[in-house]
Amino acid sequence: MTALLTIVFNGMAYGVLLFIIAVGLSVTMGMMRFVNLAQVSLSMLGGYVMVVAVASLGWPFLASLPLAFVCVGAFSVVLERLVLRHFYGSDDLTQVLLTLGLVFMSISSAAYIWGPSFRPVQVPDWLTGQVSVLGLMLERYRLFLVVAGGLIAAALVIGLERTRFGAMVRACVDSRRAASGCGINTQLVFALTFALGGGLAGLGGALSANLLSLDPNFPLRYLVYVLIVVSVGGMGNITGSLAAALLIGVADVVGKYYVPAAGGVFIYVLTVALVMWRPQGLLGRKAA
Amino acid sequence: MRDALRDHFVGRARWKTLEWGFWLIPIALYFIPQSNLPLLSQVLVWGLFAFSLDLLLGYRGIPSLGHAAFFGIGAYAAGFLGKYGWTEPISGLLVAALVAGLAGLATGRIVRKLHGLALLMVTLGLNMILFDFALRSTDITGGDDGLQGIVIAPVLGAFKFDMAGNTAYLYTLCVVFVCLVSVRALLKSPFGLALLGARENPRRMMALGAPIEGDLTLTFGISAAIAGLAGALLTQTTQFVSPEALAFTRSADVLVMLVIGGGAVLYGGFIGAAIFLLMRDLLSAFNPIYWYFWIGLLLVVIVSTFRKGVLPTLAVTWASWKVRRART
Repeated sequence: MTALLTIVFNGMAYGVLLFIIAVGLSVTMGMMRFVNLAQVSLSMLGGYVMVVAVASLGWPFLASLPLAFVCVGAFSVVLERLVLRHFYGSDDLTQVLLTLGLVFMSISSAAYIWGPSFRPVQVPDWLTGQVSVLGLMLERYRLFLVVAGGLIAAALVIGLERTRFGAMVRACVDSRRAASGCGINTQLVFALTFALGGGLAGLGGALSANLLSLDPNFPLRYLVYVLIVVSVGGMGNITGSLAAALLIGVADVVGKYYVPAAGGVFIYVLTVALVMWRPQGLLGRKAA
Repeated sequence: MRDALRDHFVGRARWKTLEWGFWLIPIALYFIPQSNLPLLSQVLVWGLFAFSLDLLLGYRGIPSLGHAAFFGIGAYAAGFLGKYGWTEPISGLLVAALVAGLAGLATGRIVRKLHGLALLMVTLGLNMILFDFALRSTDITGGDDGLQGIVIAPVLGAFKFDMAGNTAYLYTLCVVFVCLVSVRALLKSPFGLALLGARENPRRMMALGAPIEGDLTLTFGISAAIAGLAGALLTQTTQFVSPEALAFTRSADVLVMLVIGGGAVLYGGFIGAAIFLLMRDLLSAFNPIYWYFWIGLLLVVIVSTFRKGVLPTLAVTWASWKVRRART
């Protein structure tokens, strides 16, 4: 029993990482119908920013996380203003191909700048080792992840439901034209949301560098998982993304532990079944 | 009235001069002594694969992120046949195409009501399931090492597959030609016209009484059968098959080829495959990991400047040039 609970917990920590990486994509897709596969590249960038800050500049681990958030957020605004915004009107496939091209370019660029090999990450001593919680031996780092993920999710939900900016974002998700007609500067709202989502992806990359191993192939390895979270959770739905990310994370870890021979098949079957059952996403509303 | 209709379809199906020209290129290349025949065979196989995706994406407007699944099914079907004693290549091809086609019909039946992201995810998911299965069932497929010991008998009992790849090239070229001519006939028929109609406006086609969901399932089946045929060709000419035939990257690559060449123009997939593979051959000679950068850049440039692809853009330029010349 304790073994099962520990594994479920590990799966949750993994799910939290997927959530942090994918939530920005989910919101921007809900808002602009823009399929941005380059989200995973932004995550990788966040991971490298963190590694460079800690290893080469000697920053403390906790300070490097906001740095990753800010740097990647700024970078994603530049990307959005320079390239992506010209493709808002295009069809899904054009956007998929464009951002897939960006993902390919990011892989080679990362290999060129930071080398093709895997980069180890130093976490502070107080985050290594295990700690006993309610009779379960849990890894401190995963505990930290789950707590951090919970805080981020809570902050996002409160920010979206209770603040003025959150109301603007929701208005844009529901109907961009109507929101624009009410005098909301939708371009600005979108750029800010994009920055926030990109920053979160960077933060997710920085947090995951320790667990998911950081190398130039990171985007291709996790692209499918991020897409699964977004499609299962429903576009533009934060709670849905969290539920989907936790479900996929737990299913993946539990499945691989108990039926190692099946490998990833478990979550792919789950994804296909869920998407067939609810094409608009687990908690998504039916598209108008 | 009936004569007019008949004339219309006969006119649609007429071979143009440039099409003859297109087929002369691979034949001419065979007789040039320096040609790299194994690479050219690859171009033809990938071109056929891209053409099968074109049937779905270009002519019907339905994207699939998991087309390598059908390519892999065909490749493994041909591999198993060759390994367990059915060494005759042409019937092996047909069996492989049949198996892949049935898988395609089943998939088409499942996904025919889905759109957008859900459709992409289901096709991708099915592809990943199959890939994982092939990778892990080491006792059936040989896992990462691939299927060993595939024997393919000489074509028609007379032409052995040689090391230089002469037979493989001509065999591939013949199969590709037959395949393209038959599907071309289908696309120029009323069925092909109905596909284009459903791509442009599905609701209106439904109002006209066209069975668009049934047509979609059938198209998925035909497209999968051709993809399977391409996979089987690859297995037979290389006498080897590994799970890489089913990999997601293959699905992505074929999509890129089709987009480079251009959709819904029959030959776009072949042009795209030629550009993609020749570029890869040249650029990965320096360093394989930077190859990704160039293909990424190519994708971005194609998508942002001429989204329709190389061949349709050339056709438009050619047509406007002819108009201008006629005026002067």
